[in-house]
Amino acid sequence: MPLIKHGDQPVWKKRQPLQQYAHWAGWMLGGMLFVWCWALISENTIWEFLYDADEQAASLIGRMIPPDWSITGSLMLPLWDTINIATVGTVMGIIIAFPLAFLAARNTTPHPALRAVALAIIVSSRSINALIWAMLLVTIVGPGSFAGMLAIALRSIGFVGKLLYEAIEEIHPTPVEALSATGAGRGQVLAWAVWPQIMPAFAGICVYRWDINIREATTLGLVGAGGIGLQMNASINNLAWGEVATVFVLIFATVVVSEWVSAKVRRAML
Amino acid sequence: MSRTLPDSGVDAQRLALLKDGVWKPLPLIRDARWRWALNASVLLYIVLAWLSVDVNWARVAQGMDRGLAFMASFLQPDFVSRSGEIFAGLKESLTMTLAATVIGVLLAIPVGLGAARNISPLPVYFVCRTIIALSRTFQEIIIAILFVAMFGFGPLAGVVTLAFATIGFMAKLLAEDIEDTQREPLEAIRATGASWLQWVNFAVQPQVMPRLIGLSLYRLDINFRESAVIGIVGAGGIGATLNTSINRYDYDTSAAILLLIIVIVMTSEYLSGYVRKWTQ
Repeated sequence: MPLIKHGDQPVWKKRQPLQQYAHWAGWMLGGMLFVWCWALISENTIWEFLYDADEQAASLIGRMIPPDWSITGSLMLPLWDTINIATVGTVMGIIIAFPLAFLAARNTTPHPALRAVALAIIVSSRSINALIWAMLLVTIVGPGSFAGMLAIALRSIGFVGKLLYEAIEEIHPTPVEALSATGAGRGQVLAWAVWPQIMPAFAGICVYRWDINIREATTLGLVGAGGIGLQMNASINNLAWGEVATVFVLIFATVVVSEWVSAKVRRAML
Repeated sequence: MSRTLPDSGVDAQRLALLKDGVWKPLPLIRDARWRWALNASVLLYIVLAWLSVDVNWARVAQGMDRGLAFMASFLQPDFVSRSGEIFAGLKESLTMTLAATVIGVLLAIPVGLGAARNISPLPVYFVCRTIIALSRTFQEIIIAILFVAMFGFGPLAGVVTLAFATIGFMAKLLAEDIEDTQREPLEAIRATGASWLQWVNFAVQPQVMPRLIGLSLYRLDINFRESAVIGIVGAGGIGATLNTSINRYDYDTSAAILLLIIVIVMTSEYLSGYVRKWTQ
């Protein structure tokens, strides 16, 4: 911390004067970038729509309350579909991600080239949201739960793969060395030295992803990929906001239950 | 090694096998009945789930051509013929991302402070935790639908959506981080007679700042990915362009957009890793 003289009075400062100016300049540039972004957004916004935003909000909420409970019964089957999409999609994703993670981990990969390919697959799958995968798959396999499952699976590969290969890279090398020293083969080392070390992390990752997938599966119907989102989309297009509110309440309940289940399972595993 | 009844059967079996030179690992679930019940219920679930999905294989076979065309288009992405739309969409997405992250983080800081049990009174704590729970429960796309209905189509609805989602995410993690801070500096600064603001600024802020910066960058990344999605419901950004190109079966353009998204996400992940190393 520099000591700067103000006349006779010494003053403690956090930075040297030049450093301080550079710091301020950095903040100034950041602020200018933000203002520029905001200007672009406001150019593309029709501000007239905003004059009655409060009325719109009030009427929207007014039409959502009370929720239209009469459709609850007909929502049970789509809800079951949603849970299936999430669960089966997660399982399919895990089946693909599991070997991929071993290829992508630095300490278990058979070849650096394979590692690069595995990492590329993981990054691509992670960068693209399940909804975008669903949009593509609906045009390829047709609308319905099947497209939703594949979309969830494709998105889960990257997530599970990334967390799992990081877990594999963080294992203790000693058990691996000990097993190798007994003359164990590659497969035996993986099964008896690596797998027991990553198993709790693996279970945790899978349940965590399942929990996220339940949330994502509720919206896949917006692009036609099955589940409760289909009903929600139909209600929104009919401007039947009471029905939409019922769907929201059901989604909320499902999410709370799935979060509770995943927290329970993770606590039991770890 | 004396065990209680239900386990002893398993152990005796394993010991007998071991005498023959066969070693088996301990089963994950000790009680055989539970194991079988679990297996049976998994099997039952698979059957039920399979019955509920009805895959139209004829349609899938038809669509395979399109699937192959889509795969092929990744080898020859078309950046050029729709470059105007792609560029405009990306610019809008990036500006939305930055504006929403800045606004969201600025709003999340007071909420996060309020939601940390060790520095805020109980009523404030409950209010802030409620805000966090509200913002975290619903997917961005659902929030986007509501804000589009209120504010009309366009990037403003997207910015508000992303900022709202950012508040819940950042405030929760910030509050957890504040609750994990060391108590000694907090007590030391308080003992000097500092006001609440000085206390937060000089005792709490230095402890949570590196993580706050790291989380903000992570959220920037998430917001960009989400901005590619909320365009589907009319909240601006590259999502609208992508949606149009997919609906037109213009896969070469879709592939170009997806590749650009992947490259931007990868770059930002690389950069944020670099910045995080530098701040810590």
